[in-house]
Formats: sequence, C-alpha cells, structure tokens
Amino acid sequence: MSRATRTRVGGGPLVTLGLVGLALAISLLLFGAPLVMVLGRALAMGWDVYAEKISDPFTLHAIRLTVITSLVVVPINIGFGLAAAWAITRHQFPGKRLLTTLIELPVSISPIVAGVAYLFLYGTLGLLGPFLSDQGWRLMFSVPAIWLASLFVTSPYVARELITLMQSQGADEEEAAVSLGAGGWTTFVRVTLPKIKWALFYGAVLCNARVMGEFGAVSIVSGKIRGVTETLPLHIEVLFNDYNTAGAFAAASILALLALVTLFLKSIAEWRLSRERG
Amino acid sequence: MSSRSTIGGRRRGRVLPGFGLSLGITLSYLSIIVLAPIAALVWKAGDAGLVELWAGISSPRALDTYRLTLGTALAATAFNAVVGFLLAWVLVRYQFPGRRLLDAVVDLPFALPTAVAGIALSAIFAPTGWAGALLEPHGIKVAYAPAGIAVAMAFTSIPFVIRSLQPVLEDLEPEVEEAAFSLGAGDLAVFRRVLVPALLPAFLSGCALAFSRALGEFGAIIFIAGNIPGETEVTTLLTFIRLEEFDYPGAAGLSVAMLAMSFSLLFLVNAIEYWRQRREDRS
Repeated sequence: MSRATRTRVGGGPLVTLGLVGLALAISLLLFGAPLVMVLGRALAMGWDVYAEKISDPFTLHAIRLTVITSLVVVPINIGFGLAAAWAITRHQFPGKRLLTTLIELPVSISPIVAGVAYLFLYGTLGLLGPFLSDQGWRLMFSVPAIWLASLFVTSPYVARELITLMQSQGADEEEAAVSLGAGGWTTFVRVTLPKIKWALFYGAVLCNARVMGEFGAVSIVSGKIRGVTETLPLHIEVLFNDYNTAGAFAAASILALLALVTLFLKSIAEWRLSRERG
Repeated sequence: MSSRSTIGGRRRGRVLPGFGLSLGITLSYLSIIVLAPIAALVWKAGDAGLVELWAGISSPRALDTYRLTLGTALAATAFNAVVGFLLAWVLVRYQFPGRRLLDAVVDLPFALPTAVAGIALSAIFAPTGWAGALLEPHGIKVAYAPAGIAVAMAFTSIPFVIRSLQPVLEDLEPEVEEAAFSLGAGDLAVFRRVLVPALLPAFLSGCALAFSRALGEFGAIIFIAGNIPGETEVTTLLTFIRLEEFDYPGAAGLSVAMLAMSFSLLFLVNAIEYWRQRREDRS
C-alpha cells in the first residue's frame, strides 16, 4: 500500500529524519567546531588581551599587507576573467577546450609547486634571475612576488564563474545590440555587464577569500620577512610556532570573520543569480 | 532571395567585436602568470640533470612522503566521498529548517584560510583539546599522527565532492524514479539502478578533484602533522624543506613529481567529463 505513495528514493519520514539529523550533526562538528575554536580561543582571555594582540605592530602590518595584496590581485583577476569569458563564450576559435582547461589548471596545482615554479623563474638562480639582478631588481622575497604568486593561485576564480554563466546565456542579446549599431565597448558595458554582475561579484568574493588566505605559495616566494613580507596567514604561523597561541588565534579570528563575511556575500550572490535565472 | 542572404549574413557577418583584444589579453596573461613559471620549473628540473633529479624524486625520505601523502589523501577522499555524498543528498532532497544556512556553511573550507583551519584543527585534536581529550585515552592519536593529516586534508577538500554532485542531483527528473517505483522496484534497487549511473560521473570527478587538492595541501597540514621525517612528513612539506636547505634539484624533483600527479588527475577529470558528455549526447 505504501508503495503507491512512494515516489522518490529515501523519501520516507524515518529515512528523512535520520539522514537530515546525521548531516546536521556531522556539519556541526566538521564546520562548527573549527570556527568556535578559533573565536573562542581568540577571546579566551577577554577583550582587552584580544585588542592588545590585534594592535601588535607586526599584526597590524600583516593585516595591511594582506588587504593591499587583495586590492592589487582581485581587480587584475577581474580584468582577466572578463577578457577570458568574452573570448571563450562570445567567439568561435580552434583550441577553445584546451584554453578552458589551461585557465582551470592552477586549481589542480599545489600552491607549493606554484611557489617553487616562481622561484625557478624569478629567483637569483632562476631562469630570469641573472637578467633581473643585472637590472638591479630583486623580485623574489618582496611584496610584488606575493602579488604574482597570488595571481597564479587565484586566476581561475573569476574567469570560471563568468565562463559558466555567459556560456549558458548565449550571445543573442549582444549580437542584437551590435546589429542595431552599438559599438563593442557600449555593448559590453550596457548589455553584458548588467547580465553578469552577480556572477562577477561571486567570483570576486571567492578570489578575495583565497588571496587573503593563501599560505603555501606565498610562504615560498615571500621569504617571510617579519614586518616586510609577512601576510596575515604567514604571521599566524610565526605566532603559533612562537607559542604565542593567544596572538595566533587573535590574528586567525580576523581571517575567520573574513570567511563568515565571504559565505554571507556568496549566499547573497547565489540568491540573486538563481532569481535572475528564474 | 534577399531574405535568404540576410539569414546567411546573420550567421557569418554579425560577429561580436573584441575577439583579438580579449583573446590577446587572455593568452598573454596565462603565459606570464601560469605557463612561464611552470615552464621554468620543468626547464630548471631538466637543467639539474636527470641523475640528480631522480635522486631527489626517489630518495628514501621522499618515498616515505609519497606513501604517507597518498595513503592519507585516499583516506580523506574516502571520508569525503561518503560524507560529501550525504551532505549533497540532504541539501538537494529534503526541506528542513536551516537548509539554507547549511548550504552556505559547507563552503566554509574554501572560505577559511588553510592556516586558520590548521591551527583550529590542531587545537581541537591536541591531547588537551575537545576531541583529543576524548580520543587519546582510548589510544586514538590524531594530532601529530597520520590521522591528523587525513583530517586536515578531508576538511579542506570536502566542498569539491558536494559542489560537483549538487547540480546533477538537482537535475534528476523525478519521473524516472516514479516510473521505477511504479514498476515495483524498492528503494535500494532504484538507487542502484537509476540514481548511481546518473550520479557516477559527477561523483567521480568531484572525488578526483578532492583527492588532487588533498595531495597538494600544505597550510592546514603542517600545524597538525607534527612533521617528523619518515612518519608525519608530507610531500609538500619536504619540498619546502628542500628549498630551505637550498637543495634545488631535490625541490625540483619533488615539484615535478607532484606536477605529474596533478596533470594525471586533471586528465582523469577531463576524461570523465568527456565520457559524461558522450553519454548525454547518445541518450
């Protein structure tokens, strides 16, 4: 008798309750515990100690460097993402699949390998090292090296979101605008940008989170010079290894809050995207 | 006649502008930011000489790290396959209070910097931590042991499985399941015969991506691993140590080994995607 009403696998009330309960319990442990641990440890000794740890000059410098890095890297990757998506989704050319795979490549490469690769290109013993030092430039173990490595690690984030969305939207509206006499730039700004702004925002939010949190690649190319090339994640490691646990968790709490803001903004973007799709 | 020629013109003539510029930017950027460093890595690795390179790749200490990294990444991926499937299934299939919140929270590992995850997990599983205090009396050591490495890997890579499965689960036609039920099949039979074949490609590529991420993880692991050579030292960490020792051939060898692994997994993911598309075209 019950078979007649059953239409979907696992739709029974007991199964539903069991699976949902299990999923919530696991999620609470898996995702809740680390967050609570970081915020709890950061505030364990009260707000005064927290404020003191945060206002440590090295911590403040690390925060500033991390913010500046994001301000440099995210706009560049937005530009790259827009160019890549326009080329791939609005034109036909041979090698398109290969290009899409190349854009995705950094996702599958370990940040450590990325760091080593940059060292072998720009380091003193690297391919371009002798040329660079002849010019009096030292790129490795400097702030621009952090920017370059971050660009590598995060380059797919905006491009991938835009390519997926613009592929599904198709080029009809742009073609109509151009056929009515609109220029390419006008078409892009007036027709394309309004259609993709939430996907762009979504990609930028993810890109920003990764830039601010990047550890492996940056720890190789930055040289970890205290007060000079130490980003916030690197600074956390230094504090943690110095047994300055309160300082490490205070610094970590800033990045944990960043993660929460990221999740919030991401949800807004997803909600707007699904509404626009109808 | 004239209408036909405009139709022809519509296909060919109305190409959107900006092709040269956008493709030019894309190719130059990829070349400078992504391809040049990778080429330099391969070049310098070749420069070091094959003998030295091989010595770096096949040293006993390196072999220990491969064994540990592959083993812990496999364990982490097995965990993520099961839990990731459960979370994706629950998120798509059921309505319950907190579903939207859960949907946002499962991306936490992508939003939380790995160093933060690393110190949090190490504090949780340390002998004095919440989980450590429960597990250590039973002889289960997680922090400063291979299990801790697997935990860090699982945490940082689980969203890959969930996010790969979710869209495919959403696209499943309810009619197919209904039809199978009306033919008298039971839950398990429908799951095995109808759902598993439909979900398998996305599930496999999600697992491959998670496995790849686990192999390359560094930040979350070094805080919880203990980092003892031969026991709890992963390949990424040994690469980092080789660099600090100025052993460039050693670092190059390990990097090339990891790069080869990444390319193989990327190839696998693309092959799965190709297989899925071919199957879709046929049906």
